[in-house]
Amino acid sequence: MSTGKVTIDGQVVEINEAKNVLELARRVGVELPTFCYHSELSIYGACRLCMVEVEKMGLVASCSTVPMDGMVIRTNTERVRRLRRMIIELLLANHDRECPTCAKSTSCKLQKLAKQFGVTKVRFGNRDEQLPIDESASSIIKDPNKCILCGDCVRMCKEIQGIGVWDFAFRGSETQVTTAFDKKLADVSCVNCGQCVSVCPTGALTVKSEVDKAWEAIYDTDKTVVVQIAPAVRVALGEEFAANTGDVTGKMVAALKKVGADKVFDTLFTADMTTIEESMEFMDRLKNGGKLPLFTSCCPGWIKYSEQAHSDLLGNLSSCRSPQQMFGSMVKKHYASRIGKEPKDVVSISIMPCTAKKFEAKRPEFETEGSPDVDIVLTTVELAQMIKEAGVIFEELDPVGYDNPLGMGSGGALIFGASGGVAESVVRFVAGYIGGEDVGRVDFYPVRGMDGLKEAEIEVAGNTVKIAVVNGIGNAEKLIQRIKNGEADYHVVEVMSCPGGCIGGGGQPDVNDTAARVRRLKEIYDLDAVKQVHKAQDNIYVNKILEEWFGGAGSSGTHHDLHTTYTPRRRITGKPIDINTSEKGDSVQISVCVGTGCYLRGSYDIMNKFAELIKHLDMEEHVDLHGTFCLEKCDQGVSIKVGDEIITGVTAENAEHIFKTNVAMKVDLAVNN
Amino acid sequence: MESPQRKFQRLQEIIDKHEGKTSHLIPILQEVQEEYRYLPEEVLTYVATAMKLPPAAVYGVATFYAQFSLIPKGKYVIKICDGTACHVRGSEPLNFAVKKDLQLLETQVTTEDLQFTVERVSCLGACGLAPVVTVNDDAVYGQMTPDGILEVVKKLKEEG
Repeated sequence: MSTGKVTIDGQVVEINEAKNVLELARRVGVELPTFCYHSELSIYGACRLCMVEVEKMGLVASCSTVPMDGMVIRTNTERVRRLRRMIIELLLANHDRECPTCAKSTSCKLQKLAKQFGVTKVRFGNRDEQLPIDESASSIIKDPNKCILCGDCVRMCKEIQGIGVWDFAFRGSETQVTTAFDKKLADVSCVNCGQCVSVCPTGALTVKSEVDKAWEAIYDTDKTVVVQIAPAVRVALGEEFAANTGDVTGKMVAALKKVGADKVFDTLFTADMTTIEESMEFMDRLKNGGKLPLFTSCCPGWIKYSEQAHSDLLGNLSSCRSPQQMFGSMVKKHYASRIGKEPKDVVSISIMPCTAKKFEAKRPEFETEGSPDVDIVLTTVELAQMIKEAGVIFEELDPVGYDNPLGMGSGGALIFGASGGVAESVVRFVAGYIGGEDVGRVDFYPVRGMDGLKEAEIEVAGNTVKIAVVNGIGNAEKLIQRIKNGEADYHVVEVMSCPGGCIGGGGQPDVNDTAARVRRLKEIYDLDAVKQVHKAQDNIYVNKILEEWFGGAGSSGTHHDLHTTYTPRRRITGKPIDINTSEKGDSVQISVCVGTGCYLRGSYDIMNKFAELIKHLDMEEHVDLHGTFCLEKCDQGVSIKVGDEIITGVTAENAEHIFKTNVAMKVDLAVNN
Repeated sequence: MESPQRKFQRLQEIIDKHEGKTSHLIPILQEVQEEYRYLPEEVLTYVATAMKLPPAAVYGVATFYAQFSLIPKGKYVIKICDGTACHVRGSEPLNFAVKKDLQLLETQVTTEDLQFTVERVSCLGACGLAPVVTVNDDAVYGQMTPDGILEVVKKLKEEG
């Protein structure tokens, strides 16, 4: 990092550790336009919009230029202005300009900058080639015709989430940002966190809207529309309306009633249930030697990631359903019958800051009598859209409270919306559970804030309990590697996919940058500070309903309705690799898994052993051998598939035996018949 | 032809030889392509798995370079040089004649029967012989004419 002084537009500024000229210009009150610059991502320098003129250097991209003592920088010159306009014009020429019907209209950065720089005309023709739009995934839509190749999504997914779903493919004028082998998004390892949507400056990546479905439910007079709202929504929804950035709980509930919801409940209610169930589960594991660390299970992005990447840790995940799914289950399994309705006649809508929740709601295990527990998931932005469509003047609404009894929530539930909130809520519950009513307020500061990894220790009944809180899948992966290498050990690990937690979810309003997240985070804790219901067990309605509807916390009733199981999941679809192909059609089919989990356990050697055995036993004409990517049994050792049967736990030692008993016998039978 | 099993073993040997280093991705893909004669999707997924890279990153590299092919190549790979010298000496008519003869559509490079692949390449470094055509990188034909190249193709067809 350099020190010294530079001159920007005639003003002398101390460099004072500034990373680049762009940040320095911001310090003197000049906001340079950018597409590809995000302070939390690596510097790419592709869009060239942030160009400035530096004496003796000429034109440079300010984002990738380190300030040096004595630099004389000019940010607003005739040349720079002309270039910026030209760049925007060229980007527009290569962009599908369907602005009025685009989901990002009015929040699109390209649109905003075109206006800001007075680009009123594009002198070049329209692009003639239309690439197909990918709507396969439940949460995210990709429209490559609107992509300006800034690479923000590529770096977000790779650097922050550590997954790398997106990358550049092809080159020159044919360059595209796409998935591996240009597959559908639903067929690759995307966890639906929506962080790529958050950083996409245009409509190339957008959230799949369920607004029309929600209107349909509202207009259907036979259906009862029951809404739940996640904690992080209330501190962000206001951003969609006239610069109201604080908490808008009352107006939000009022707006939903005007829009046509029959009942407006709070996800805080089931967040409290989650705290209670998860704490009970933790204390049980601690006492009875169950699997530790216990990983939280509220975040559907994290759940899908662990199913894909860490099948060996699935037993460590809390079996608790997420608050959204607990709510859905409670509505369909209990609330519906209490208001005299069939589950299918109650439409359960959740308002979430999250895009992955759309995927979670569609998981087949979350159904009651064939009806999804959560029918429709709307993001914060989609709710704002509905309020605007209904013509409701949000700013003028008088506040309205949640419906009871499912509208009550504690402060501990509220902070679920921030990274560290679930951990803190569990700490509060356990402190109260052990200490009784004398405990009072428990504010647990070490797990709060935007840091990617937070660690803390507390004493629980004579045991030291170690807690880790991570946000961002990349940070989670680093922590897991440390745990697996024995470099760290914890009792509880809270994981949230999005930096800062749910307040920074993929369904939150634009601008969803670090500054916005910090502001929402503070708002959540401010609200918690004045909330009189502090801990989950202080929520009297939760206690009552757990008792009356489910038969008490930690009972078989809650276990059936509020808990779930996880299964390993493949990362990518695709054809198998042929190893031995017979000429005949009726050969015995064997597939050896060479997906990541099995590969690391030595499936390559097993494959070779099988190939040798086939040769040795003269079965080349009777057996087809393939390498396949994932049989979704990653937690049970190397898997192979013989015909339709999956055999797990294959090792180099038992491979020969398994081959002889499971394959060779089948071949003999076929040959002898 | 090598057995698929041997190819698969070679695939792993190539990755092992380079110790799965990310910086060796291009040479790994080159050697794998030599083995399979193109880069099948499932093989690229395997490379990504073994190297602990996102498959999208491997796909990105494989599609960036013209030397890599993700679709099977024909038995005979005809390279028509389109460097500056060959271009001005008439490489385009050669390309046109061959593609017409082999009934290849505009973006199609390989015949349906997987016998021929026609590629236009940058300078082969034999500008004195322009326009230049090579077959399977070993036979070099200089100062080619459309009739001349059709003669070559005809012979190859007869060889089968």
